[in-house]
Amino acid sequence: MKPQTKTVAVLRYRPEQDTEPFWQEYEVPFADDTSVLAALNYIKDELDGTLSFRWSCRQAICGSCGFMIAGKPRLACKSFLREFPGKVTVEALAHFPIERDLVVVMDDFIAKIERVKPWLMPREERSPDAGEYRQTPQEMSLYEQFAGCINCGLCYAACPQVGLNPDFLGPAAIALLHRYNLDSRDGGSEARKQLINAEVGVFNCTAVGYCSAVCPKMVDPANAVNVNKMNSARDYFFRFLPRPGNKGDCQ
Amino acid sequence: MNARRPYIRPMTRWYLRDPFFIEYMAHEGTAVFVWLFALELLAGLVCLALGEAAWNGFLAWLGWLPARLANGLILLMLLYHGITWFLILPRTIPPVRVGHARVPGWVLSGAGMLAMVAASAALAVGAAWLAQGGL
Ligand code: SF4
Ligand code: FES
Repeated sequence: MKPQTKTVAVLRYRPEQDTEPFWQEYEVPFADDTSVLAALNYIKDELDGTLSFRWSCRQAICGSCGFMIAGKPRLACKSFLREFPGKVTVEALAHFPIERDLVVVMDDFIAKIERVKPWLMPREERSPDAGEYRQTPQEMSLYEQFAGCINCGLCYAACPQVGLNPDFLGPAAIALLHRYNLDSRDGGSEARKQLINAEVGVFNCTAVGYCSAVCPKMVDPANAVNVNKMNSARDYFFRFLPRPGNKGDCQ
Repeated sequence: MNARRPYIRPMTRWYLRDPFFIEYMAHEGTAVFVWLFALELLAGLVCLALGEAAWNGFLAWLGWLPARLANGLILLMLLYHGITWFLILPRTIPPVRVGHARVPGWVLSGAGMLAMVAASAALAVGAAWLAQGGL
């Protein structure tokens, strides 16, 4: 029996010969368990070795296979050909410059992630003899969801504000910033504050909310952004009042 | 020679690109009707302050068929605005916890919508009571 096939249309761009991207169609055999990533690998191995795309883990962990699949930001390893009636389109992530075919330029995204100082700045310095920094499950539950980000960039491709204003810090970077600010061991909120309050910080967000809808890890970056709008406004209006106590104290 | 030549796609008509964006523009757009209704209320208040003749004029406006249709449309748009507002509420407020458990988003949205219905009902009952000559 001949296997059933599906048309996969890929937006190609080869900087050394194309002035702009163009669609190229491939016929790919598929079964119920054929992911879009498997289809791309089939194209690369069997049909057209010149196709470029990033991938690694095949299990929604590494965050490298984000593309616009059927027009929406999705992970190729977490999307299956069977989900799409008719032809499937695959395009590089929106709002990122296309380096080549499905590969986008991530430099600016990485720079934003780095800018939020995504590391623990200990609230109190202590020597190794004093033992580890301890945390209760309840304190951990405050930030756990925001620690699940795999830096896939889908939320940036979902955010029209990122597309309209490339300087906007963007959902994932703000979610990561929030993750460290919420950590009971961390004392870096002050150092991160300027980024939040800046014009290209949280107030660039117009609450479209699509970032959270497309996130494959249920991080809910829109919540991080909007909660920080509140925090920022509160800081501005009540900056003369005493500061709240430790994180996790007040529920 | 540097062979890199990153291609930047245009953002023209981005709001039509995805049904999610179209819905977003629609629910933001209904804010115009909130503004229109506020203007109408304000006009009513001014008429009330100006005296009986002005107030009767305002009542006549409310009874006029085109104005009734416009107010019907405003009501529909306000309902849509209110419902979508409560649907995105869980994304915009800090997580609500009961004990250790986090209250799911749909419960928050539902509670918000119920509060909206209850407040509207209380207002309607109160207004009806006042109109019957209560107080
Ligand atoms: S917040 Fe979600 S969508 Fe955004 S980069 Fe992280 S995992 Fe991806
Ligand atoms: S290949 Fe790693 S997330 Fe898809």
